[in-house]
Amino acid sequence: MRFDDTIFALATAPGKAAVAIVRVSGGGAAAAVRRLSGEALPAARQAALRRLRQPDSGDEIDRALVLWFPGPDSYSGEDVAEFHLHGGRAVVSALLDTLGGMAGFRPAEAGEFSRRAFEHGKLDLTAAEGIADLVDAETDVQRRQALRQSGGALAALYDGWRQRLLDNRAMVEASIDFSDQELPPDLLGPVQQEIGAIAAEISRHLQDGGWGERLRDGVQIAILGPANAGKSSLLNCLAGRDAAIVGPEGGTTRDVIEVRLDLGGWPLSVADSAGLRAVSDQVEAEGIRRAHRLATEADLKLVLFDGALWPDIADEAVELLNDTALAVLNKSDLLPGEAKDTHIGGSEALQISCKTGAGLDSLLERIKLFLEARYRPSASPVITRARHRHALEKCLAALERYDIDAGSELAAEELRLAADALGRITGRVDIENLLDIIFRDFCIGK
Amino acid sequence: MAAQKSRYDVIVIGGGHAGCEAAAAAARLGADTLLLTHKIETIGEMSCNPAIGGLAKGTLVREVDALDGLMGRIADKGGIQFRVLNRSKGPAVRGPRAQQDRALYRKAMQAELAQQANLTIRAEAVEDMVLRGGSAVCGVITAKGETIDSDNVVLTTGTFLRGVIHIGSEQVSAGRVGEKAATGLSETLQRAGFALGRLKTGTPPRLDGRTIDFSGLARQPGDKPPLPFSYVNESIEQPQIDCFITATNSASHDLIHQNLEKSALFSGGITGTGPRYCPSIEDKVVRFRDRSSHQIFLEPEGLDDPTIYPNGISTSLPADVQLAMVRTIAGLEKVEIIRPGYAIEYDFIDPRELQPSLQTNRIHGLYLAGQINGTTGYEEAAAQGIIAGLNAALRAGGNPHPFILDRADAFIGVMIDDLTTQGTVEPYRMFTSRSEYRLKLRPDNADQRLTAKAIDLGGVSTERVRAFKRKMTNLIDASELLDGLRASPNELAKFDINVKHDGVVRSALELMSFANLQRESLGRIWPEVASLDNGIYCQLETEARYESYLQRQAADIDAFRRDEELLLPAGLDYGSIGGLSTEARKKLEHFTPSTLGAASRISGVTPAAITALLRHVKRRSASESGSAMASTPD
Repeated sequence: MRFDDTIFALATAPGKAAVAIVRVSGGGAAAAVRRLSGEALPAARQAALRRLRQPDSGDEIDRALVLWFPGPDSYSGEDVAEFHLHGGRAVVSALLDTLGGMAGFRPAEAGEFSRRAFEHGKLDLTAAEGIADLVDAETDVQRRQALRQSGGALAALYDGWRQRLLDNRAMVEASIDFSDQELPPDLLGPVQQEIGAIAAEISRHLQDGGWGERLRDGVQIAILGPANAGKSSLLNCLAGRDAAIVGPEGGTTRDVIEVRLDLGGWPLSVADSAGLRAVSDQVEAEGIRRAHRLATEADLKLVLFDGALWPDIADEAVELLNDTALAVLNKSDLLPGEAKDTHIGGSEALQISCKTGAGLDSLLERIKLFLEARYRPSASPVITRARHRHALEKCLAALERYDIDAGSELAAEELRLAADALGRITGRVDIENLLDIIFRDFCIGK
Repeated sequence: MAAQKSRYDVIVIGGGHAGCEAAAAAARLGADTLLLTHKIETIGEMSCNPAIGGLAKGTLVREVDALDGLMGRIADKGGIQFRVLNRSKGPAVRGPRAQQDRALYRKAMQAELAQQANLTIRAEAVEDMVLRGGSAVCGVITAKGETIDSDNVVLTTGTFLRGVIHIGSEQVSAGRVGEKAATGLSETLQRAGFALGRLKTGTPPRLDGRTIDFSGLARQPGDKPPLPFSYVNESIEQPQIDCFITATNSASHDLIHQNLEKSALFSGGITGTGPRYCPSIEDKVVRFRDRSSHQIFLEPEGLDDPTIYPNGISTSLPADVQLAMVRTIAGLEKVEIIRPGYAIEYDFIDPRELQPSLQTNRIHGLYLAGQINGTTGYEEAAAQGIIAGLNAALRAGGNPHPFILDRADAFIGVMIDDLTTQGTVEPYRMFTSRSEYRLKLRPDNADQRLTAKAIDLGGVSTERVRAFKRKMTNLIDASELLDGLRASPNELAKFDINVKHDGVVRSALELMSFANLQRESLGRIWPEVASLDNGIYCQLETEARYESYLQRQAADIDAFRRDEELLLPAGLDYGSIGGLSTEARKKLEHFTPSTLGAASRISGVTPAAITALLRHVKRRSASESGSAMASTPD
């Protein structure tokens, strides 16, 4: 793969559509526009209607809107052209074939436009990651978050902290490297305060319950409960398809089965588990062990009870009820007629029947309400990757070790480590211009 | 007069701080070396302030000394006031500094060079270089037209390249005052295609101390006892003197404001970029208008010399304004100026033209060191000089491996790496904050970091080898002793030493890492601690206190060195490497970094480009080792 190739790709979804956009990026983009249209380049960033022809045969491909973005003011930082075609398969493939026949042109690889944008400094790492997430986004809420990240909200936040750390480290460095100069008397007092403030902000940012990563990877919902309560049936009802094997005997599900769902824009990852009961079968015991682990890792537990056995309820399952659990009473169609009050563990259990479909809509509504209450999508950006969280934790640890009284050279070292950790998130590795800050702010020099 | 030789292994041009170190270093390695300089009498001249060392610079001096260079030993002979700066701060950021008697320093340097084996010194101006095929140096031509052959030439011409002096509106073409500027060499370098830049620097007026009233001024004494620079010296012989402190005032500032248009710096007469950390007094009063006063250190230039160097008021105002201005200052009301201050502009070569050995990419066998590379300061010059001299001698001896210090070895490595990968836009001066491994690269342990390397190279004096071995033995002995002295929290409590009562028996070495534990306390328990050599104890204490940081840095250094070990061959075809943006490729082709690490520090070379380079280098080394294996009979 060579970097100086001109790359092209269909930028819209394949298939029949009103408009299809083909994007070209690289040194050959201008030539492609000229050869295909037989005319001069349109004005930069202005749509122009052009008749596109196969340059050799002269066959007409389409009448299309052509946009010309000369580098570096383009998405990829290179020369970029966009052809907005009528969205038929034949038209699109005619243009792609023609481009593929031009010397130095080749189809783009997955993510290559973004990679070139990153390599030309158009995107930082978080923005590039955001775009990758945007392409992968399955649900609406995910898409909104990815958009915010690719728009640079995360980078702005992290770079903001990093810049403040550099400004403050410059004060500490000034007190070391220019201690023989006339520096302001209380140089380091404000630094101590500011470091505390930044640490508090990062700490708050970290205490988001992992919402961003959840949103990216899906909210973990576990279906738990006694054997034969109908956990797999519920999963299948939610998924609308047979994801787990459902049998009439208890103990059919011996492992954890996961289904990804979109609940009104919320990405869910719903897992079914083995029924909770004392067993002798080793395989099933392992399944139950996993179910317990699932219970501790899940963001929301749907604890299912068997309505057919009411008012007998499984104690193991009651123990799982807490503020991240919903008590659900299945088989409401088999509930004894006299069971009006179905409180379990102090709260009203939601009655459903997987068999008749009764109560499922209310269950979905309850799940949504739970998510909205717990994970109110905030205006501020959230952590979306474990890589970021790890770096932020490193940064925070260094800031918490910051202690100017232990020695300014050690305090400066902690600030260097903290800023480096943030720099690693956004991929900014420029040599810090501490000296610029020092010389801007102080009269240095004998 | 005996016929003069017409061929040398190494020729060093310039007798300043870089040139002296380069010539001596080459000669120590056994190269037949010639030092060419305008005047024998100005060898070792301190043309600016009369002091050696300081913050970060003191570490450079120690490093030069650890490599058996000259500067530390000479400064110990010329030093008339020794002071460790940042004494109240941690050992990593302290800076040994010494006021110098300029005449003593010069004399000691000239005497040292005169007795150096393998070194010839001649007073000749150099007019030009002789090149072979345009890309290799093979000799120099003197101003008298004589050609002297050598395949290894170290150029240390300082500010002599198209130097112009400004005093007010007056301009003189010159290097230092009273010396000629070398315009011919400058043109030759430009013809060879070197990228040149222009810098400026300034000096204050020199004052006549006999006309200064010191009685009302604050006195600044030196340390007692003075601490020598050199690891081979235990004490200082020279008598020690005090410096004095005064300051500018609003009257001085008013006068400067009224005459600003007469300053070369402000009338547009100067185009070069000056150092921000050494601004002229004109700069200071303009940029920091709210300050009503700026400190001035009055530094004697020698024991028998009435000249006073007023550190803090470098200027290019006209001579009469300078006189009126200094006379507004306390203590200087009746002062006479011996020589007015001036600004000097000069050419420098973009140091990104250099390899870490300080050999140029364009001309094989040509090495550059000192101010010509855009640095400022005697110490920075000396540090480059010793590296260039060693490498010129290694090359002359047919050794294909240059002597290179990296960012984790020494401040010298940091400086040369900064210069060769970043270049510079102002006169480059060393600061401790430039080094990411500052806690390791300290002034107290330069010998432990570097002297063994110098001994491996050869030519190190027996005196230094002995001193080094003695110190290392003492360190090991002391460390074993302290590690063997152990006590439980209860035993410690009997001596008023309170540690966590966790029942853990701690060694004296571990206890030394506690910041609030004094040596005297340990001495009460174990009398042997009190009898340890002070320097040795302090150093072990420093190591103990930095221990956790040094361990963390060791991991960083490992990662850094892994990148430094990935060599990028000189003839690498960057066009054939996928994934390089045009900007990154052009930068890499122009500056030909020698390692992947160096490439990553060039601005414009993005992390993505580094990944592409890494992939390429790894793939190539994999295929090379693959083919090597294939050719090996099973």
